[in-house]
Formats: sequence, C-alpha cells, structure tokens
Amino acid sequence: MLGKLSWAAVPFDQPIVMGVTAVLLIGIAALLLLITVKGWWGYLWREWLTSVDHKRIGIMYVILALVMLVRGFSDAIMMRAQLALAAGGASGYLPPEHYDQIFSAHGTIMIFFVAMPFVVGLMNFVVPLQLGVRDVAFPVMNAVSFWLTAAGCLLVNLSLFIGEFARTGWLAYPPLSGLQYSPDVGVDYYLWALQISGLGTLLSGINLTTTILKLRAPGMGYGRMPVFCWTALASNLLIVASFPVLTATFAMLLLDRYFGFHFFTAEAGGNPMMYINLIWIWGHPEVYILILPAFGVFSEVVATFSGKPLFGYRSMVIATMGICVLSFCVWLHHFFTMGAGANVNAFFGVATMIIAVPTGVKIFNWLFTLYGGRIQYTVPMYWTLGFMITFVIGGMTGVLLAIPPVDFVLHNSLFLVAHFHNTAIGGVVFGVMAGLAYWFPKAFGFKLNERIGKLIFWCWFLGFYLAFMPLYALGLMGATRRMQQYPDDSWQPLMLVAFSGAVFVLCGIVLTVVQLVVSIRQRRSNQVDGDPWNGRTLEWSLPSPPPAWNFTRLPQVSSLDAFWHAKSASEPAQSPAGGDESVHVPRNSALGFLLAFCSVVLGFALIWHIWWLAGLGFAGAMVVWLAHAWRTDREVLIPVTATAP
Amino acid sequence: MKGVLDPQGVIAKAELLLLGDATAIMLAVIVPVILMTLAVGWWFRSSNTRARYRPDWAYSGRVEFVTWSIPALVIMFLGGLTWVSTHELDPPRPIASANPELEIQVIALDWKWLFIYPEQGIATVNRLVVPADTPLRFRITSGNVMNSFFVPQLGGQIYAMPRMENTLYLQADTAGTFDGLSSNYSGAGFSKMRFDVVAVDDDSFDAWVEATRDRSLELNAITFALLAQPSTLSKPLAFSDVAPGLYEAVLEYGSSLVPFTPAGQ
Repeated sequence: MLGKLSWAAVPFDQPIVMGVTAVLLIGIAALLLLITVKGWWGYLWREWLTSVDHKRIGIMYVILALVMLVRGFSDAIMMRAQLALAAGGASGYLPPEHYDQIFSAHGTIMIFFVAMPFVVGLMNFVVPLQLGVRDVAFPVMNAVSFWLTAAGCLLVNLSLFIGEFARTGWLAYPPLSGLQYSPDVGVDYYLWALQISGLGTLLSGINLTTTILKLRAPGMGYGRMPVFCWTALASNLLIVASFPVLTATFAMLLLDRYFGFHFFTAEAGGNPMMYINLIWIWGHPEVYILILPAFGVFSEVVATFSGKPLFGYRSMVIATMGICVLSFCVWLHHFFTMGAGANVNAFFGVATMIIAVPTGVKIFNWLFTLYGGRIQYTVPMYWTLGFMITFVIGGMTGVLLAIPPVDFVLHNSLFLVAHFHNTAIGGVVFGVMAGLAYWFPKAFGFKLNERIGKLIFWCWFLGFYLAFMPLYALGLMGATRRMQQYPDDSWQPLMLVAFSGAVFVLCGIVLTVVQLVVSIRQRRSNQVDGDPWNGRTLEWSLPSPPPAWNFTRLPQVSSLDAFWHAKSASEPAQSPAGGDESVHVPRNSALGFLLAFCSVVLGFALIWHIWWLAGLGFAGAMVVWLAHAWRTDREVLIPVTATAP
Repeated sequence: MKGVLDPQGVIAKAELLLLGDATAIMLAVIVPVILMTLAVGWWFRSSNTRARYRPDWAYSGRVEFVTWSIPALVIMFLGGLTWVSTHELDPPRPIASANPELEIQVIALDWKWLFIYPEQGIATVNRLVVPADTPLRFRITSGNVMNSFFVPQLGGQIYAMPRMENTLYLQADTAGTFDGLSSNYSGAGFSKMRFDVVAVDDDSFDAWVEATRDRSLELNAITFALLAQPSTLSKPLAFSDVAPGLYEAVLEYGSSLVPFTPAGQ
C-alpha cells in the first residue's frame, strides 16, 4: 500500500535531525496560525499564490532563495564544524552516513535552490521593466515555473525528515548513485526533486528568452538593450540549450534505477563515463547561467553609482555572448583525470582559458567605468568593488585548474573547493546581494537600511576570505574534498580558521534578517520615489513599486540608457499627459500552485514506490492542466481611471 | 609541509613548477588590476573634488584595444604552455630513466587499495613499497565504484574506474614515506581510503619482496572476495602469492569476478 514507506523512514534515532524537525514544525505551525489569526489567507491567495505578475513571481523566487540559503548554509557550517574537530584520527560529531548527506545536500541546495531561484527571480523582476514591457511573454507559465521550482525544493526538504538524502555528492556520479551502491531513497529524492524543478527552470528559460527576443519597447533594438538584459538573454539561452541535457541524463539514471536499464552501470554495456560527460555538458553552462546575470547586475550598478554610462558597451555585449557560446566547449575540464589523452585534455584546457579573455575584458571595462566617475559608495557598490577584487583571484585559480597537469595535482582537492566558492560567492552571491539592495526600493518603495547593509557586506567579505583562503592552502597540502576526517593534525589550525569564516558568514545571514525587519519598520522614513539612485534604465522611470501593468503607455526608446537621456533632455520619459488607455492584464491563475501540489505528490509517490498515489498525482496534474486549457476568462481590463497617475 | 608543495618525484616536481610559473604570470596581471581597482575606486569617490568627472566617457578605441590585448596575450602564452606541458606530462607517458620500470597493478576496492606486483608475484593492501629512483608504471582499475589514485608528493592523480584501465607513470626520486589517498568520493569509508607509499633503495626493496614472499598468505578468489567486502582497514596487509590473472579478471568482470577460476584451484 505505501511502497517502501514505513515508520522506519523517520530518523527517530538522530537527535540533530529530530531537533530540526521539531523546530521547523513549530515554526510552520506558528506561521500558519499567524496567517489564520490575522486573516491573511485571502490576501495571500489572491495577491501572491495565484499571481501571474512577473514582479510578484520574481519576489517569491528571491524569498525562496533566501529561505533555502539558511538551509544550505546550515549544512555548510555543520561541515566546517565537523572538519574543525575531526583531525588526527578523531571522528568528529557527524558519522559518514550523515556527513555524506550533508555535503550532497549543501551542493544541490546552493546551486539549484539558492543561486538559481535568486538569479531567475532577479531576471524575472527586472527584465520586463528594463525592456519597457508589461509582463513576460507567458505570464501563467511563469507562475508554473516558479511553483515547480518550489515543489522540487519541498521534496529536497522532505528528505530531511522522511527517509534520507543522496550520499553521492551533488552530481551523483554513477556507479555510486546506481541502485547497486545506493539502494535507498536518497538518490531518488535527488533525482525527482531536480527533475521537477529542472522543468520549471527550462520553462522559465523559454519564457525569458522569448520575452527578450520578441517583446521589447518600441525603438529598443538590440544595440539599445540594457546590459543586464543582454546577460539575461545569454543566461536563458544557456538554460534552454542545457537543461534538456540534464533532464535526459537524469531520466537515464532513473531508468537504470527503476527499470534495471544499464545506461551508466559498468555492466551490460553501460558506461559511467557517459553520465559524467553528459552531466557536465549541462553543468559547465550552468555556472555561466548563474554568473552572467551577476555580471549584468554589476554592470548596472557600476554605471549607476559612477554616474557614467557603462564603458565599452559593445565589448561587454560581445564578451557576454562570447562566454555564452564558449561555455559549451569546455565541459571536459571537470575531469581531466579521467584519462582522455593529451590532445583531448590540451584542447579543453586551452578552450577553457580562452573564456578568461572576455571575462578579463569585462573586469577592465568595469574598471574604466569607475574611471572618471563620481562614485557613490552605496551598498550595491560595496558588493561590486568586493566582487572585482575577489573574482580575479577566483579567475586566476580557475585558469590554473584549466592546465591539465596542474589539475592532476589539484583536482578534487580543497583547492578546487576554494576555487568554485571563490567564483560562486565572490561572483554570484555578491552579485545577487548587490542586485537585492539595488532593486529592493523598486520592488517595495523603500530602501534597505544602508548601515546594516554595509555590515552584511563586511561579514560576507571577511567571512569568505577567512573560510576559503585556508582551503586553497589545504588543497596544496593534499587535503581532498568530501573527506569526513583526516589523519594530519597539522591541518587543524587552518580548518579552525575556515570555521571562523563560516561564523562571519552566519553573522551576515542573521544581519540580513535583521536588516529586513529594521527596514520594514523604518519604511516610512526610508520611502523613495521612482528613481532613488538616479538610474539610467527604464525601470527607474516607473513609480516604486510599479503598478501591476508596469507601463501604462509603452515607452518610445531612442538610445541606450533611455531613462538617463530622457532625464537629461528634461523631457518626461513616457506616459505623457497621463494615462489615457485601458490596460489588459492576465487574470490570476492557480495553475502553477495546483500543478506544484500534484508534482510533489507525484514525486513523493515515485520516490517511495507508491504507484497508486503516483497515478493519482499525475492524473491530478493532467486534470488541472486541461481545466486551465479550457478556461475562457483570461484577462482583466484595468479601466482608464485606474491607470491614470 | 607535505603534499603538492613538497614534491619528491620527477612528475610532481614538473607539475609544481608549472603551477608556480602559471601563478607568477597571472599574478603579474591580477595584482596590478586589484591595486588599480582600489586606487581608481578611492580617487573617484564622489567626495573627492580634485577628481575630474567625465560623465560621458564611455568609449575609447585605444583603451579597448588594450583591454582585449592584455588577457588575450596572457592566454596565448598560457595556452601554449598548456599544450606543450599536457603532452609532456600525459599520465601514460613513460618516464625516461636508466633503471628498468616496475609495474604495479592497482585495484580500488570499498574502501581500500590493493596493489599487485605481477613480476614479484606478491600483493599488498594500503601499503605500497617501491624502489626509489625507478619509474613506476601503475595500471589502475576499480572493483566497483569510481575512485582516484593520488600520491600528492609523487605527482598527479588519475581515476580508478570499474572495468576500465588507466595507466599512470610516477617516480619517487629518493627514499621516504609519502601519503597516498583516494581523491574521488566513493562512499562511507572514503575518508579512510588512505595508504602509505614507502620508497626504499633497491636492496631494501628486494629484501622486502623476499620477506613478503615468506608470509604464506595467498591472494586468490576466496581471499579476494573477503577483501572486496565493503570495509575499512586499520592496518595494511600483504600477500605472499597472487593468483595469476586476478587483475585482468577484475578488469573484465569487476570485483564480483564472475567466471574467474584462479589457476591451481
């Protein structure tokens, strides 16, 4: 009846897990109670859960990312604590079977459920505003994308209390992830959660690509498109091209696990090397899916707060699209040690290095944007400067790892771990934090507290250096990744320094919550108009927060930095003589929420082999979908009186 | 100081030299970039009235030429270095030496390393005794999941994969004891999948081989099956005798050894 599911699946014997479960259950119950007592259910359902407004969806993506950041970081600090203790033969406080789940969950969550939703959320919020349009191309599909991501997220979190998560590392290499060596449900949680959220990501990629290619304001040719939109285009093209590879690869591993296929086993003609190639054909573009929009944020921020246009716009666009193409030609550098042979290794090594050229150009162009500027040191600017300094170090270590013989001694070491955190934190996290501080006033009409914002920056900045510079050194000393304990006592001091770095980052995360609370309380005194930063692009021409339909009249664009030119020409940017048009906006839809609900049921049932429930979940999804397809009432008319400013 | 920074073999020394050269070349660019970022960011702060504000300066052909050229030149140089060094330090490339090479067959098991010396007819687990100043030819496979065979002080690693073989040449230039490990996560016992590499002079090596042959513990299908059970070992093992064809059987059938009937049984 319940497949593999029984009470034995709940880890009652693990005090850490049970403690977390208790705290979370109490927290969720308290939150639900609060919503009920305050009578917020109707508001939540109408304004958020069923919203198809790209701004609301973008905000929900970012909230999801921030919540999951807490989960992913909890894993991180547990690992750092374990390694600070487990020196010289000591076994620490986490046994391998628990520790191995934690590092697998940490990687999976941070990439798929923190970095991805954060970046996609920012693109969702900003791109239509910068393009001067009313919404994305497919607003309802946009909601579906978000809710599928949230569904995958929920499944990953369920694995904490019911069953276990994968103990395979974040990419689940076979044969270890095959049925023979991972017979429990951990890998199934991993696979189904990522299949569901991966579908959401693919739909979101299609949506934003279409929006950028087909829905720009009148006059906005590609040469007038803001750089953030260019990076978003590159990122979403990569999503569209690479996520199907991920889905197909996981589908093959699922067939191996559920139906005894032999795609990736070592027997019966299967080959695990094929999985490793395929997963990195997705995985390498994935890192550019994350970093390119971050580059876009820095480009916007550095231009705005230097009071200058971005230096070398055309070079920036060429560099962005160059990286987009090249990122598909380098996947093999993730496994030079597989034994491919010198020609293959050398080709992929050199191809990888070539990416450093457009990236280097970007760094120089940001530098020359600062040059001759009148730089205001706001919070987004702190993140940007911190990024420029930190990222070049990560770039350098990346090029080192791209030299195959150097990689032979550094592959899978803590040096590698330090390198990709250097680019992931110093690049992606700094980027989305800059973006959060930069566009927050646009989303909510008030600024985030600046002083706390700067403190958060210093916590992350110092925390990063303390946590990861020791890892570079440890990697050179022969320390490998994913080890649960190590015999060499002399590594312990550096491990303790790394732990202290994690404590700094913890302070940064706690302060982020404090900053939100304080800023919401001070919202009246921090209130801003539409253009708090003296911005250059169209989103700043709108009130903060913008109305649901963004632009009453679509702006006519005649140059790059359209809003800046409109301001300096002292002409009103758009909506001259008030809004005199009625606007159609898409009607709210529960499709995304209901599909996500059915997906969670389906995924959970498949993980536990509860076939009747899987059938029910699938049928439910089909019914919801068909019901949506036959809807007649698609749009709401916003009358003239409401659109007038 | 152990590890990559203290190389004890010709391969490891060449790899460290390459690491150092490439780092130096790139530092020559990124240190100035970091300093320029700080200097420009500080000088052009909005409160500095002496800084000249150029609100429209957004393009300069000459500057752009330089910004594309600097990274391009660095990468052309490093790319050339990469191409040459990748061929010179290709793992299966034999090491030139006056001494004849020694072949060692390596099998990664859950969670221990089995080393078979085919010429000597002996085997060890988690302890690799080798003659110093002699090229070592490792043939590497795995009994079940993926691992990576790595001795940081002797040089770069290569994957141990089931039913596949990789060849790696390493050498210990002088006598000494070095840490070896798996650097590819392989399950619960992964952290304990460590071994010692003991490099000794030729006479000591021969004496060690003789002593091992006297121990009378045979590595055959039965002892191998016991060894292949998932477990970690607290002490190294040694076998005086190895069933011929064992390594090839693992290579073909994995640690289950399905049709393998060792000679003499």
